[in-house]
Amino acid sequence: MLCQRCNEKAATVHLTKIINSEKTELHLCELCAKDAGSELGFIFESNFSFQNLIAGLLGGELSAPQEPSVEVKCSQCGLTFSDFKNAGILGCGECYSRFQAGLEPLLNKIHGSVRHVGKVPQRTGGKILIRKEIDSLRRELQQAITLENYEKAAELRDEIREREQEL
Amino acid sequence: MKNLETIKKLLPNWVRDEGIDDEVVLSSRLRLARNLKEIPFPHKANEEQLQKVYEKVELALEQQTDFGELEMIKFEEISPLERLALMEEHLCSPQFIESPQNRYLVTNEGKFFSLMINEEDHLRIQTIMSGLAVDRALELANKLDNYLEQSLDYCFDENYGYLTTCPTNAGTGIRASVMLHLPGLTMVDQVKRVLSALSHLGINVRGLYGEGTESFGDLYQISNQVTLGRSEEELTMNLMSISRQVIEQERAVREALLRESRNKLEDRLCRAFGILTQARLISAQEAMKLFSDVKLGVELGIISGVSRVKLKELMFLSRSALLQRIFDRELTPNEREYYRAELIRKELQS
Repeated sequence: MLCQRCNEKAATVHLTKIINSEKTELHLCELCAKDAGSELGFIFESNFSFQNLIAGLLGGELSAPQEPSVEVKCSQCGLTFSDFKNAGILGCGECYSRFQAGLEPLLNKIHGSVRHVGKVPQRTGGKILIRKEIDSLRRELQQAITLENYEKAAELRDEIREREQEL
Repeated sequence: MKNLETIKKLLPNWVRDEGIDDEVVLSSRLRLARNLKEIPFPHKANEEQLQKVYEKVELALEQQTDFGELEMIKFEEISPLERLALMEEHLCSPQFIESPQNRYLVTNEGKFFSLMINEEDHLRIQTIMSGLAVDRALELANKLDNYLEQSLDYCFDENYGYLTTCPTNAGTGIRASVMLHLPGLTMVDQVKRVLSALSHLGINVRGLYGEGTESFGDLYQISNQVTLGRSEEELTMNLMSISRQVIEQERAVREALLRESRNKLEDRLCRAFGILTQARLISAQEAMKLFSDVKLGVELGIISGVSRVKLKELMFLSRSALLQRIFDRELTPNEREYYRAELIRKELQS
């Protein structure tokens, strides 16, 4: 069969789209398929998912040094590190600490960071919230010292001590 | 079409709301991914555990009065067509309707928020608003999140933040998106260039219904890629400012088109209007393509007598499941094309 677009090369990409049971068929050569991407409303490399990407990242140089000889398994949900490598998804909250060694380089690769700086649960966040507050007070203290505002610095120092008592 | 007025009223409120920069921005959406402590993530949980997730969320919402009247939908109990209609209204994801077992959807009366229970994560809090309003969408999502957190124990880690099934969502669990209508940039073949530049700024481009779905009618959804190491406010402000730049580019192209090739532009947009008001059979995809041209014509004052709201309503009503809701029965693909054309003609000529 010839490509429906260029009518020159053999059609090697066969697309059947069923959207709400409305069926359309398309037969294209590889070049035209790539080229036609946006016009047809699909992306040629659409098999490329986050899950595949993660599995790929973990299979590469990232995990090599940490790869344990004995299979690491999550004690809470039973997911193994190989399961995670294959599917790219974790089984429970405990997996994050269980697979930390393999997971951290991956998180760094995805987000460029391994440390959460956003919202903290109000009710259960307790000590984490206090620690975050102390962190921000310390930054203010540093700034006050740089600006030689010693009166303010003393106030902040006392406040930090007070907050530290709560921990 | 006796159901039409009733069905229109059931559409999400934001469809009729005015919004900031809404000649280019259709809607702003935001979701927060949350999981409950001590229960495996949905794909690893058994039926009993998934039921427990629902019961906990239901209990957490039992006494609430801040968010108006809520509707709790057990997904197994509604028809596949109704599920599809909920997806078309952006209240749930395509993944959510694929397997309805043990899944629940909570919506409010105006449909400007929804909670997906037992999708990829235990809980997905979603908000949606008209125009460029990611900040307001975050505000509402935070309000819902804080309310729920008063009685739910979330899976949270000091280092990694909110723990999610997929590590790409860990940290804030936030995905903020803006739905942009970019017919001008598409017409001058610049849309790919502009959108691919965004990937260097931590912004993803997705299809109409989110990840892995297609793009129709010059509608592009852009959203944040990173979720860890930046605060919710930073991520949403970044998306807003990048959106504003794309909006400026689209506006500039529209002005240039009017200035440089007004006749050609008018011809194309008016022809689209002609087809929509005369066609007897029309597919969903063709309709979206033509709506795009007509919407541009309305925004530029080339096409008069049709309001932006009417077009936005039609963009929803002519989707397959919602169309079948109007006619109150299952339609064959051929019937759908016929009734879609009838609906559009009637609405645009009234």
